[in-house]
Amino acid sequence: MKNVFASRWGIIVVGAVIGVLAPLLQKLGNPGNMGICVACFERDVAGGLGLHRAEVVQYLRPEIMGFVLGAFVSALLAGDFKPRSGSGPIARFVLGMCAMIGALVFLGCPWRAILRLAGGDGNALFGLLGLAAGVGIGTLFFRGGYNLGRTHTQSWGVGLFMPILPAGLLLLMCIFPQIPGEPQSGVLFYSVKGPGSQHAALAVSLIVGLAVGALAQRSRFCTMGALRDLILFNHWHLFSGFLALLVVAWITNLILGQFNPGFVGQPVAHTQSFWNFSGMLVAGLAFALAGGCPGRQLFMSGEGDGDAGIFVVGMITGAAFAHNFSLASSPAGIGPHGMAAVIVCFIACLYIGFTNLRKA
Amino acid sequence: MAEIVDTRGLSCPQPVLMTLTKIKEMSSGEIEVIVDNQVSRENVNRAATNAGWELTEEREESEDFRLVFKR
Repeated sequence: MKNVFASRWGIIVVGAVIGVLAPLLQKLGNPGNMGICVACFERDVAGGLGLHRAEVVQYLRPEIMGFVLGAFVSALLAGDFKPRSGSGPIARFVLGMCAMIGALVFLGCPWRAILRLAGGDGNALFGLLGLAAGVGIGTLFFRGGYNLGRTHTQSWGVGLFMPILPAGLLLLMCIFPQIPGEPQSGVLFYSVKGPGSQHAALAVSLIVGLAVGALAQRSRFCTMGALRDLILFNHWHLFSGFLALLVVAWITNLILGQFNPGFVGQPVAHTQSFWNFSGMLVAGLAFALAGGCPGRQLFMSGEGDGDAGIFVVGMITGAAFAHNFSLASSPAGIGPHGMAAVIVCFIACLYIGFTNLRKA
Repeated sequence: MAEIVDTRGLSCPQPVLMTLTKIKEMSSGEIEVIVDNQVSRENVNRAATNAGWELTEEREESEDFRLVFKR
């Protein structure tokens, strides 16, 4: 059966749908210009589990669980579910960490960079330029023969790990639900102030997450792939979805009164342009070397791709380090060790790139 | 005899990159690309077709897909 979502119009429609849903999530409670941010939400998940103790960013974001589970169900129905892994797992784990640390210096993943721009945050321009530069460096590695090796088919049991994980987290949220005003419920942490305390109702977040997960799985929506394919092949397919997300999110923000152009005082953002650029450059390079933006990694993990799952776990671990080691930025600016983190992560990405140049 | 491009086990963007590299090497002829997932199947098909090659045969073998392009 032909996959209509994989057509040019399919990817545009999916980008447009996300462009409506993400600003709506902001209206329904999610933080400013953060209707959907895979990096921020995984960071919040790390906080909700107590892997870091930054009190303002602790919440098990149901959107993340929805992304994986929506993609899983969609892949299962479409015959795309295929348990596989074994392509440079430890390298992917490190790339996940680097991607998260870079993203948290900028304060957002590529999805949020688009949403920040669509909300009028001019600082996002530097982030998007950094993302394009990082992906551009990644394409140089691809041209030089970079790859992390072939995957191998795995058992269904292995393929089900990543869908089971978010299902388990949802179960934990049901066992230990948020208690208004309380920073902890059982084993889970919940922010009482800051971005972590701002969220749409659980059911709303989950339903949107499931829908986006299913649509993105079918359409192969990928914000990094959009730039990579444009730079590497001059292919506009994925980029048309990227543009649709930007334009429709901007229009939706205008309608909802959420468009506030400027650089200063933007929600969950800082104005240190060089580090906005550099953080996203590192993240972009890491996403490129790992073969997908953070959203796509979640969707692929739902399809049974254990390597994408390892990247996700790396991102969550990276988030814990980012806050425990004061690497992450805040609206006041970059963290005390943010500069060192960007340099170390950039070197780590280059190391992985140069040591995996091989002829296919 | 078709030139074989075996992309099994490789993830994005390798299958497309390998296919387009082979296409660059050959101005005409027949290329058979082996892929092992739907995403690569769609991407390779789109890339080769955009490059002016025609998909003449597509067959499924156990868990793999074989795409034959001609120009």
